[in-house]
Amino acid sequence: MRRWSFSNLILVLGLLFIYLPMVILVIYSFNASRLVTVWGGWSLKWYTGLLDNSQLMGAVMRSLEVAAYTAVAAVALGTMAAFVLTRIPVFRGRTLFGGLVTAPLVMPEVITGLSLLLLFVAMAQLVGWPAQRGLVTIWIAHTTFCSAYVAVVVMARLRELDLSIEEAAMDLGARPWKVFFLITMPMIAPSLAAGGMLSFALSLDDLVLASFVSGPGSTTLPMEIFSAVRLGVKPEINAVASLILLSVSLATFLAWYLTRRAEKRRIRAMQQAMDETAGNPTWRQVIDSRKVLVPPSAHT
Amino acid sequence: MKRSPLNSGRRLVIGVPFLWLFLFFLLPFAIVLKISFAEADVAIPPYTDIFAYADQQLQVLINLGNYIFLSEDELYLAAYLGSLRIAFFSTLLCLLIGYPMAYAIARARKDLQTVFLLLIMMPTWTAILIRVYAWMGILSSNGLLNSLLLGMGLIDRPLQILNTDVAVYIGVVYSYLPFMILPLYANLVKHDPSLLEAASDLGARNLTSFWKITVPLSKNGIIAGCMLVFIPVVGEFVIPELLGGPETLMIGKVLWQEFFNNRDWPVASALAVVMLAILLVPIILFNRNQAKELEGKL
Repeated sequence: MRRWSFSNLILVLGLLFIYLPMVILVIYSFNASRLVTVWGGWSLKWYTGLLDNSQLMGAVMRSLEVAAYTAVAAVALGTMAAFVLTRIPVFRGRTLFGGLVTAPLVMPEVITGLSLLLLFVAMAQLVGWPAQRGLVTIWIAHTTFCSAYVAVVVMARLRELDLSIEEAAMDLGARPWKVFFLITMPMIAPSLAAGGMLSFALSLDDLVLASFVSGPGSTTLPMEIFSAVRLGVKPEINAVASLILLSVSLATFLAWYLTRRAEKRRIRAMQQAMDETAGNPTWRQVIDSRKVLVPPSAHT
Repeated sequence: MKRSPLNSGRRLVIGVPFLWLFLFFLLPFAIVLKISFAEADVAIPPYTDIFAYADQQLQVLINLGNYIFLSEDELYLAAYLGSLRIAFFSTLLCLLIGYPMAYAIARARKDLQTVFLLLIMMPTWTAILIRVYAWMGILSSNGLLNSLLLGMGLIDRPLQILNTDVAVYIGVVYSYLPFMILPLYANLVKHDPSLLEAASDLGARNLTSFWKITVPLSKNGIIAGCMLVFIPVVGEFVIPELLGGPETLMIGKVLWQEFFNNRDWPVASALAVVMLAILLVPIILFNRNQAKELEGKL
């Protein structure tokens, strides 16, 4: 095996390209000098200064609130959409449905943001709701595009699942809802968690949609950062950005670690169950009798 | 049969996401189309209604003025072309950098693969705003890159990189590279290595079998990755706003200015309609590709 092929070299360089700017940002957030490019020694003053900035802290709380509600709603909607697309092969409007689920992934945010704002304005004129735009309208906008991401994540998992387990439960008389909540849901739980965390992160990050559909008094954290960043690089913003970077990396790592542990446990449990059944003579007979019925060539 | 509980449950599970996406994703486009035919007005909301009902007559006033305005002002044409050019070349750059990276990950040991994937995926969870901001500090004329180059004696005076198209390209490739790598990896990792072994047994060079076998087989991954980069970049706002200069014309930025600075909602709507019309073919291509991927596994 050639260890240092061209593609491996590009991989290492690419990862450096991805991570170096973020590392530099974090290092400079500890810079004591107000001049962003001059190193003035280590200091925590920009971090402690953040706590006194009540405008910023208010924006953080609002963003966290919207992100939490978005995560819950996007997981519910996205899982339903994923279930429909993987388990119901034929129904009228399936192509349109598939398109509606995947299109938000690529649609430029300025288009989605503008169109949603115009919808809210038209709805306010027609039915009187939403009378004022604010956190609820931001939540609707975020839920719409996050549910597409959840659908993609959950769909990948649903496709891998062994259908025979669900079919067995169905054959034994369980209603579809029961099958979903007792059989399917525990098996796709890691991807539901991943989808929820992804939605949380995406909602926390979004600037463009929130700018279009927000109202007075509902400035979110990215909007606050953006208005500061427009005027140039500032040490306070370095500190906020570093905190966001660190918390997101920590959350991602945790999510990855937990999913991996759950997966390993599941595989081990399945292995154990298979060993047990294989040791059971009645099952062995069944398997043997199958081998006799199906000639080996039929497998290939 | 029609009223069985299974069918009503099925209707519910299809209906809820369908209604949500219809109401909050599809219907808004119709409203954008409608308002693009309205006239700007000093009112709340700041546009005229295109439907008028008086003396038992329903009048529909379709104002094509916004579209004529767009076609007559060279700024808008330049902005569309600028967006398409930047999106095209940065997609190409992402493919050239992302393909070897995805290839290397797909060929790595299984336990290393998950670590690499995590490293690639992590930035996509972080705000594009913050990652672009990180580059502002590096590229500015008294920034890290310039002081490094000056210190090494490679240049005599600081290079102007921030607020140019070069900075926009760096920002776009930096932000969208993971979206190219992930679908490419998902495709490349499924390839059967015995195909390459067979090719080499038959005397094909590594490079030949790469071009004749690996690349054609990864067509769907290439399409998915390119569309995931190209389509959003055409409408990108944050990167040209923060890294680009006054001469960086991109349509997302122009739309933002029309809406937030000039408060001209009808012209902003017309800009969005034209952008959507340009992107319709790539979006359909992307959706088809996703559907194919789905059917292939069903």
